[in-house]
Amino acid sequence: MSASLRTALGRVRGLGSAGEGTAHWWAQRLTAIALVPLTLWFVISVVMLTGAGRGEVVGWLARPFNFGAMGLLVGAGIHHAQLGLQVVIEDYVHAEPVRVAGLMAMKFAAVLLALVAAVSLLSIFVRG
Amino acid sequence: MSNRDRPLSPHLQIYRPQITSVLSILHRATGVALVAGLLALVYWLAAAAAGDAAFAAAQGFLASWIGRLLLLAWTFAVFFHLANGIRHLVWDMGRGFELKTVTASGWLVVAVSAVLTLLTWVAAYGLRGSGT
Ligand code: HEM
Repeated sequence: MSASLRTALGRVRGLGSAGEGTAHWWAQRLTAIALVPLTLWFVISVVMLTGAGRGEVVGWLARPFNFGAMGLLVGAGIHHAQLGLQVVIEDYVHAEPVRVAGLMAMKFAAVLLALVAAVSLLSIFVRG
Repeated sequence: MSNRDRPLSPHLQIYRPQITSVLSILHRATGVALVAGLLALVYWLAAAAAGDAAFAAAQGFLASWIGRLLLLAWTFAVFFHLANGIRHLVWDMGRGFELKTVTASGWLVVAVSAVLTLLTWVAAYGLRGSGT
């Protein structure tokens, strides 16, 4: 066995069928862990807001904690969802052109959704 | 590229459904359902930002019978995906793979998500009467 100049890390980095190593897997777990408290907070909050009018909802969302938590929930949720949908598409869509187009459309839609959410939340936070 | 004659491992038509396989596909199904839920949440936030009329329309839809049916499905989906997601994370730490444990944790996930779904709806109706 000849000694290689490459480190062990250098040799394994970026392997895997998509060439992205463990980054996808790891991001899916990190967002999952972040979503545990966030979804619980969200369900409890929505229950408390059942039947509330716009004034009540907006006032609630404009509170810094709720504004931050909702931003994190939507942000982590969209990132996690986008990573998850990628795997679903890769599993079921075998024709390469359709798969690549589908992945691109899905990722684009995810960015758009995040933008709409960010603008909406900021607007509520700033203007009520 | 696709080779129709390639050997396939035994699949849906070969094995009868088991708790392991059913919960596995349910994790994927609830994940996809929650993506739709996320779309609805962002629509709701955008409506709240847009103004009274838009928000009233969003609330009206969510309070309709089809809206409530969707909300009920999303409630179960979120609890199932959350509980089963934790089951996944435990597996990722290399624990809980014994056949007995896998079966038991699977049924636990089903029970927990059913109970939490029920509690959530009892609380929602209880806090606001019959709702609007
Ligand atoms: C905003 C809410 C959520 C959405 C929209 C969502 C969506 C998804 C989707 C689409 C997948 C891919 C399913 C598949 O590949 O079969 C997935 C996977 C996963 N989700 Fe979620 N999820 C959410 C919340 C959570 C939470 C709260 C957890 C808590 C632990 C979680 C844990 C996981 C895990 C561990 C996986 C990977 C499963 C695997 O390796 O097969 N998710 N999610």
